[in-house]
Amino acid sequence: MKLLLTGGRIIDPSQNLDDIADILIENGKISKIEHTISPSVVKGKGAITYNLTGKMIVPGLIDIHTHLREPGFEYKETIRSGAEAAVAGGFTAVACMANTEPVNDNRSVTEFILKEASRAGYARIYPIAALSKNLDGKVLTEFADLKNAGAVGISDDGMPVTDSGLMRSALEYAHSLKIPVISHCEDKGLAQGGVMNEGFVSTELGLSGSPDIAEEIMIVRDIILARFTGTSVHIAHVSTEGSVDAIRTAKSSGIRVTAETAPHYFTLTEEKLRSFSTSLKVYPPLRTHRDLKAIKKGLADGTIDAIASDHAPHSSIEKDVEFDYAATGLIGLETSLGLSLALVEEHTLTMTQLVEKMSVNPARILGIPGGSLRKAFPADVTIIDPEALWTVDTRHFRSKSRNCPFDGMTLRGRACMTIVGGEVKYCTDS
Amino acid sequence: MKLTRKDVLGLTDFTVDEITLVLDTAASLREISTRSIKKVPTLRGNTVINLFYEPSTRTRTSFEIAAKRLSADAINISTSTSSVVKGETLIDTAKTLESMNPDIIVIRHACAGAPHILARLLKQSIINAGDGAHEHPTQALLDMFTIREKKGRIKGLSVTLIGDIAHSRVARSNIAGLLKMGARITVCGPAMLIPRGISTLGVKVETDMHRAIKGADVVMMLRMQFERQQRMVFPSIREYAGLYCLNEDNIRLAEKDVLVMHPGPINRGIEISPGIADGPHSSILEQVSNGVAVRMALLYLLTGGRQ
Repeated sequence: MKLLLTGGRIIDPSQNLDDIADILIENGKISKIEHTISPSVVKGKGAITYNLTGKMIVPGLIDIHTHLREPGFEYKETIRSGAEAAVAGGFTAVACMANTEPVNDNRSVTEFILKEASRAGYARIYPIAALSKNLDGKVLTEFADLKNAGAVGISDDGMPVTDSGLMRSALEYAHSLKIPVISHCEDKGLAQGGVMNEGFVSTELGLSGSPDIAEEIMIVRDIILARFTGTSVHIAHVSTEGSVDAIRTAKSSGIRVTAETAPHYFTLTEEKLRSFSTSLKVYPPLRTHRDLKAIKKGLADGTIDAIASDHAPHSSIEKDVEFDYAATGLIGLETSLGLSLALVEEHTLTMTQLVEKMSVNPARILGIPGGSLRKAFPADVTIIDPEALWTVDTRHFRSKSRNCPFDGMTLRGRACMTIVGGEVKYCTDS
Repeated sequence: MKLTRKDVLGLTDFTVDEITLVLDTAASLREISTRSIKKVPTLRGNTVINLFYEPSTRTRTSFEIAAKRLSADAINISTSTSSVVKGETLIDTAKTLESMNPDIIVIRHACAGAPHILARLLKQSIINAGDGAHEHPTQALLDMFTIREKKGRIKGLSVTLIGDIAHSRVARSNIAGLLKMGARITVCGPAMLIPRGISTLGVKVETDMHRAIKGADVVMMLRMQFERQQRMVFPSIREYAGLYCLNEDNIRLAEKDVLVMHPGPINRGIEISPGIADGPHSSILEQVSNGVAVRMALLYLLTGGRQ
C-alpha cells in the first residue's frame, strides 16, 4: 500500500520543516519527503495519490487527555466510538484516563483497553493507568506491571492525590520506571464541592464556587515534590493565571514540570454559566477573562506544553438535569483542533507551535512514538484544511455523547484527512 | 402598562418600571384580602400549579391563597408525595405537568437555575419561588412593598441585611431589587458567609454587626441556613447568636423608627430576640400579609398580558 500526498504545506517542528512538498507513505511508514515526487513511483496496485494543495500536513495529532468510558460506561462512550471521534477530529492517537469501571488499576483492564482499541482500528489508544488502587488515594498500583502491559502514564485523574506522601512515592517510583505521572490538581477542602469558579459570577448565580487557589495550591505542592525528589510531573488541565505563573517560575528554575490546558479554557469564561447550561459544567471550572488571557500567554511563551481535550463524555441522563446534579465534563475530540486553530488565526500561536502542542510535545511527555514525519517513522499524519468554515453540529458527532458547549459555533479549519499507520482512517468528502 | 415578560425568574433582569408596576398592582389588590368575601373572578378558568421541591409553609400557602382569591384553580405538588420519589427527573415532571395545560407554574427548588430549565422548555409562565441560593424574587418584591408602605419610599433608605449572606436567595433578590429602587445596602455576617466579590454589586460589606446597624432605616435579618452549608462553617450557634442576634440593646444603634424585617422562618434567640421579633419595629407578619397581595399581582399581571 502506497500513498502519495502532493502539494501540501508540511509543518513538522521535529525536523524544522515548514515547506510545500510531497510525502510518500509506504508500508505504513513515512518513506520520502521531497519537493517533487513523481507520481510514477506510486504506479501499481493499491497506490493512491492525493492532491493536497492548500492543505496542511502535520504529524498526527495526539490527545494526551481523554476519557473513553469503557469498560463500565459504554452508554456514554466506547473505545470504538471514542477512537472514531478521535480520527474525525484529526487525532491519530489518544491517551485515555483510568476512571472506568472497573478502574484501570491492573494489567487485565489495561490489556482489555488495548485489545478493544486494536479491534476498533481507528486511532491509536494509549491507556493511562491509575496511580492508586481504585483511585482511592491510599495504595499505589503496580506501575511496573501496568507499564509492561502497555500503560504509558500514571494518573488518578478525576480525583486529586490528597496524600502528599503518596504523591511523593508515586513520583519517585514512576521516575525510576520512566513512566510519566499526570496530576489532577484540586484541593478538595478548598473546592468544597463547588460547581463553578468562585467569584463574582458564582456570587450572583448562587452556585457554589471552587476557587482558583484550589487548583494552584496543589500545583505548587506537586512542583515542590518534583523539585525535592528530582523527578518530573505533568499537570493536567491548567485553567488559572496563578497556575500558569507557578509553572512558569518552576520551569525557569529548572524543575521538570510540564503542563497541558484544554480548548475550553482559552475559549470560554465563567460568564457563560449565566445560562445554567450543564454542558458548561466541567472541572476545573471555566474561569475569568483574566485567566483565559493568562492561559493564552502561557501557551505562547511555552509554559504550557500541550493542548488536550479532556474529552469527558456524559449522556443526557447525567446532563439534562439541574446544574448542581449534572455530571462534570464536556466532550472535545471533534472540536479541539478547530478551537485551537483560532489561536493561530488570532496570532497567539504560530502553526508550528500549535503542532508542537498537539503532537510533538504530547508524544514527548508520554514517551510514545509519533509527533514526527521523519523518514521511517510510522505514517501517522493529520491533513488540515485551514480555510474550511464549518458549524459544530453535535448531531453529526462520532462520539456517543452530546455534552458539547460549542454546538452551533462556527469554526475555521478542521482535519480533512487522518492517516494512522499509513491507512486513511478519516476523510471528508472534499 | 403591562408586564410583557413570560416568566418571573429573578429581579436581576427586572426594570424599575416593572418593579413599580408589580408594587402598584399589589397595592390595589391588597384590599380584596380584607373583604368578608375574599374572592374576585379575575382569573377564573386559570390553573396555577405550585411545584415545590423544598419544604415551605408561607410561600406555598401564600401562592395558593393568592391564586384562590383571584378564582384560579391552584394545585399543590410537593415532591415528597409525587413521582419524584419514584425517580422522575425535573424535566419529565415539568413536561408531564405541561401536558395538563396549566397557565402558570410556580417552582421552588434546592438547585439554582432549576426554574430557568422550565422557563426554557415550557410554554407556561414560570414563577421562581426560590431556587437554591440564587433568587427569591417574590420575597424581595413583598419586602420592597412592605418598605414602601411603612417608609413611604425606597429611594435613599439605608437598608442592612444581616446573616448568612452566602446561602441566601432572599439577600440576592433584595440586593438586585433594592439597588435598582435607589436604596443603599450594607450586608453583614460572619466573614466566611460573605460571598466573594459581592461588593462589586454595589453593596457595603461589614462583619461587625454594630457598625452595620448604625443609622439603618431598615434591618433585614436572615436565617442561618445550616442545611445549605457543605459543612458547619461557623463554630457554634451560641457564638453566632452572641455576635449577630438583633436584640433590644443593639437595635438602639439604628434609626429610631427602624423597620425590622425577616423573611421567616425565624429562629428566636439565634438571629433575632423574641422581644424584637414581636416588638413595635417588627414587620414580620405584615410581610406575610403583603406576600399574598404581591403574588396576586404577579399572577394577575402574568395572565393579564394574555387576556
